[in-house]
Amino acid sequence: MIRDIENETMPREDLRALQLQRLQAVVERVYHLVPFYRRRLDEAGVKPEDIRTLDDLQRLPFTTKQDIRDNYPFGLFATPMAQVVRIHASSGTTGKPTPVAYTQRDLETWAELMARTMACAGAHRGDIIHNAYGYGLFTGGLGFHYGAERLGAAVIPVSGGQTRRQIMLIQDFAPTVLCCTPSFALYLAEVGLEMGVSFQDTQLRVGVFGAEPWSEAMRQEIENRLYLDAVDIYGLSEIMGPGVCVECIEAKKGLHLFEDHFLPEIIDPQTLEPVPPGEYGELVITTLTREAFPLLRYRTRDVTSLDYSPCICGRTIARMQRIRGRSDDMLIIRGVNVFPSQIESVLMETPGVAPHYQLIVDREGQLDTLEVHVEVDEAMFSDEVKKMEALAKGIQRQIKDYFTVSVKVKLVEPRSIPRSEGKAQRVIDKRKI
Amino acid sequence: MKVEQISVFLENKAGRLAEVTRVLGDGGINIRALSLADTTDFGILRLIVDQYDKARELLKQKGFTVGKTEVVAVEVPDRPGGLGLVLQILAQAGINVEYMYAFVQHSGKNAVIIFRFDNLDDAITLLQKEGIHIYKGEEVYRL
Repeated sequence: MIRDIENETMPREDLRALQLQRLQAVVERVYHLVPFYRRRLDEAGVKPEDIRTLDDLQRLPFTTKQDIRDNYPFGLFATPMAQVVRIHASSGTTGKPTPVAYTQRDLETWAELMARTMACAGAHRGDIIHNAYGYGLFTGGLGFHYGAERLGAAVIPVSGGQTRRQIMLIQDFAPTVLCCTPSFALYLAEVGLEMGVSFQDTQLRVGVFGAEPWSEAMRQEIENRLYLDAVDIYGLSEIMGPGVCVECIEAKKGLHLFEDHFLPEIIDPQTLEPVPPGEYGELVITTLTREAFPLLRYRTRDVTSLDYSPCICGRTIARMQRIRGRSDDMLIIRGVNVFPSQIESVLMETPGVAPHYQLIVDREGQLDTLEVHVEVDEAMFSDEVKKMEALAKGIQRQIKDYFTVSVKVKLVEPRSIPRSEGKAQRVIDKRKI
Repeated sequence: MKVEQISVFLENKAGRLAEVTRVLGDGGINIRALSLADTTDFGILRLIVDQYDKARELLKQKGFTVGKTEVVAVEVPDRPGGLGLVLQILAQAGINVEYMYAFVQHSGKNAVIIFRFDNLDDAITLLQKEGIHIYKGEEVYRL
């Protein structure tokens, strides 16, 4: 169902006019309210009044995660704290998280866009929504929560973990919509099987799955095992959180991007030039309506393409293809963003641990696994097994504390991690998505 | 009274132990005693050799992580209850054995057992007081 007929099915010419008007307003705002952007725009020789057409977007500077980090914690906020009513954060490339802020109106917009998202995915008033996205700093839990309430559905804010209990709730509370990561959906199927629960007998009808890349094959498997329609959702905390785009249940062919609030581009990550329509490249988003945390041309590092042709569902807004990968080295492990550099800094903080490590990412059954190989040098070596095991467990615990992701630490011999041109290959991703 | 033991970190994969013995064999080093502690992922090889410094050097050159530990070589009567006697003395004094392994060769009628203790000096004093023979390093390397 289309919740906002006007904004989701607008003729593209009208949409472009709206985007231009909003783009001009956001450039004007950040130029006057965010010192970082004033400096960047001055450096680029662009004044707000230079933005006369949407093509002038190309003249604006990019924003990267590093920029957010350089202005840690609140340097990029465009409103005084008195107007900020919520702060979320995602993991950064190093120790510090990446905080983002919301005004009351930002939260209204977010709830509305998530309500659109849920409607697009086939949910409606009267549905019971089992929300297994994590509640907390991560935008997933609360993003879905407020969207579902805005839609008029009943939310079960179950959050992550306690899988068996979740299956009990799915049986007893009879939710009709399941929201979680696709890998957790498959894990639910697996645990359900162990418990002798048939998902055919549950009321689940739709699943809204995101926060990590998945594939068409995984969709088939989820649909076959959970007996529901599985749709893909995308979002990122820097931009807002979930609700940037979502597939429609009618076509399940590309994710409708709410272009009245987000202006997307696809660029070549090397040349930074736009790629021809339909070609794959890095997704760049300019926020058009955010008050507390507006971003110009934010480089998401997610690789995808955009399709501007109308969809059978009636929407005229662009459709983003499934995320195909990353243009940097970020890993998504069970929905948690992990940068190899973060693991490195955890290892460096462990006394006696050598700087040579390798990350092996794989998928066992339905769950991502991360194995950290650490080379043992003389400083950390002991002739006693218990000391070596304590060392491995200590590193394991530190990483778990830091990322909330369980990893396996494997101690390996020196020089067993292959070096090429003096530089070690840090990540081996064996997952077939 | 103490014996120098070489420990080598080994990954649990085929051929690693063979590589250690090859390196030592090529270097003309004789292994007098050894034990291998293994876990699912890795092993720790402990060796008593006739030329400690040379062995350590050769293994390090080959990229192995090598450690040095002082252990005690104890003479144990080679008869039922022989080892039990020694362990009982240690237990009564509250001395914990980290690990132990037997020497390949006998010394006359007795067996030689390598012990690793947390507190080596206390253990040596105690065992000697109880009349148990402890080998000197040079004796062990030449055994």
